[in-house]
Amino acid sequence: MTKIRFLLLSLLLAPGLALASGGEVHMKSAQVDLDDKAALQRGASLYMSYCSGCHAISYHRYSRLSEDLGLTPEQVEQNLIYNDQKIGETMNTGMNAADATAWLGKAPPDLSVEARAKAQGADWIYNYLTSFYVDEARPTGWNNTVFPGASMPHVLWELQGIQHAKTEPKHKNAKGEAEACEMGEYKGECIIGFELSEQPKPRMTPEQFDRVAKDITAFLAYVGEPNAAKRESTGVWVVLFLAFFTFLAYLLKVEFWRDVH
Amino acid sequence: MNKIDKAVAGLTGWFNERAPGFMPAYKKHMSEYYAPKNFNFFYYFGSLALLVLVNQIVTGIFLTMHFKPSAAEAFASVEYIMRDVPGGSIIRYMHSTGASLFFITVYFHMFRGLIYGSYQKPRELVWVLGVLIFLVLMAEAFMGYVLPWGQMSYWGAQVIINLFGAVPVIGPELTEWIRGDYLVSDATINRFFALHVIALPLVILLLVVLHLGALHEVGSNNPEGVDIKKVKNPETGKYADGIPFHPYYTVKDLFGAGFFLTIAAFIIFFVPTVGGLFLEHDNFVPANPLVTPLHIKPVWYFTPYYAMLRAIPDKLFGVMVMGGATLILFALPWLDRSPVKSIRYRSTFSKIMIALFTVSFLVLMWLGMQAGSTTQTWVARALTAFYFGFFIFMPWWSRIGETKPVPDRVTMHD
Repeated sequence: MTKIRFLLLSLLLAPGLALASGGEVHMKSAQVDLDDKAALQRGASLYMSYCSGCHAISYHRYSRLSEDLGLTPEQVEQNLIYNDQKIGETMNTGMNAADATAWLGKAPPDLSVEARAKAQGADWIYNYLTSFYVDEARPTGWNNTVFPGASMPHVLWELQGIQHAKTEPKHKNAKGEAEACEMGEYKGECIIGFELSEQPKPRMTPEQFDRVAKDITAFLAYVGEPNAAKRESTGVWVVLFLAFFTFLAYLLKVEFWRDVH
Repeated sequence: MNKIDKAVAGLTGWFNERAPGFMPAYKKHMSEYYAPKNFNFFYYFGSLALLVLVNQIVTGIFLTMHFKPSAAEAFASVEYIMRDVPGGSIIRYMHSTGASLFFITVYFHMFRGLIYGSYQKPRELVWVLGVLIFLVLMAEAFMGYVLPWGQMSYWGAQVIINLFGAVPVIGPELTEWIRGDYLVSDATINRFFALHVIALPLVILLLVVLHLGALHEVGSNNPEGVDIKKVKNPETGKYADGIPFHPYYTVKDLFGAGFFLTIAAFIIFFVPTVGGLFLEHDNFVPANPLVTPLHIKPVWYFTPYYAMLRAIPDKLFGVMVMGGATLILFALPWLDRSPVKSIRYRSTFSKIMIALFTVSFLVLMWLGMQAGSTTQTWVARALTAFYFGFFIFMPWWSRIGETKPVPDRVTMHD
């Protein structure tokens, strides 16, 4: 009987596991730690400087930044609110959607739940931010291997520097047909990596820029579900309580069933 | 007799005088409802499904206090619940996790009925009412899934409602009537909200009462499939293998509920999306009628039927197969001609058939989540054929092979 149960449970879980392992493109991990308040504060500051001009986080209030990130309301007002909004308002952008569509071809998406909308989670954002390269064929002059044809320019280029795509000719299979490229293609060849140009000189070292991309990612992961960290710390007590309750219920059951067996 | 006992006796007497039917009803359904004493693991899922139903109603009431059933506001109001409503994110996760747990418990409950022959005479009505609950539950889950108004909500609604367009002659008008518009829109979410929060829950509650009422008339089956009413204890005059539901099964189910809630709490607090299985990634993108997602798929509990639908090239035939796959469950009590109830005494051939059926259902579930390659479509076709063959040829195969003799009394293993 126990064996059958195990078999049934594993069969029930199998589709979930199969689904979980089915990632398409290999993504570098952003190692998001929602308890790292310093990283979230840096991420918030970077977000407000580089992203908030075009992107809104229209479901999240500024006041939550002070509640969740260990900042005083004054600190938030002085350092993180760039427009004339009040601290109780949600984090809107100054750019209106009609202008955005005219300038960029497509209005920049709201980023409130961006970290939850991709199968790769927040890691997608980290990989996206680090995968811009020069492509003269694009209207903005930039393209991206994680999101080919992105209408967003490389906003962080001054920090990272300018990446050029390293390419090699497409591999041919046995029939002589060209195989699909893993990272996408540039000028008919497969992209195999990036080369950082020395001019103009980047403002940051590659390590520093990697930190920037990770911090923005962590901030957007936090914004995606601001209660996540608290949810887990509460959950420990809930699960422990229920486990203890179950144990007591088990003793009660055994006591009552003594006269049945 | 002390004062408290007197007061209690007085109050009970007062109550019984005015409502003489209550005490007999309590006895009939609880303290003198004799259930077989050999219930095993699979017998927890009935009470657990009821527990999940209560959870859905209670958490649902709190969600309706903050949710806005309109195309313009629904998505934002869900995020409002997740961020600004105190305790809102937990309530929402209890509701969304509850939806999946409802199907897990109901699938286990139906599987229990299948392997122990609980649908056989005299329990046909119990089974039929149960299948009705399953059908209404599917409608309830589908409409609830549309409400957060994400991309999968929208396009899932689009796909499912369009299925009704396959109905000959009135198809297009029928889909328009369901949507209340020429496309899935504000009118659709508003009426789905009405159906989801009041109409269908009322139907489910009524059916659950009837399901339990019908069960208590005929008594519960058990893993041995023996009739406990055959043997009475000569001293007490009660069924020898029966025990009163209360307190024995109430305390046992209390333990089951505790165990189940511990697992549920783990999901709710630590992995509420279950990697996109319980809450899909695409549904965190607001509904957009102009952008069709690459890969539209329902939540895991509908995927076996979705795999069948996709496997059939013709739309009308596909819809008939998908509908038929659920409706054929009604006929199960009359298709099974096995002389024994429980799988423990069935022929080897029957055991193999039931095992294959279970595996094929789970594989169909997995296939329904995939993009659907040519091989996968053919596997889905073969398994769909087997699913129907299992039922259609049951009157024949359920009689094949030698069954084991069924004992008069329950054996107390497990």
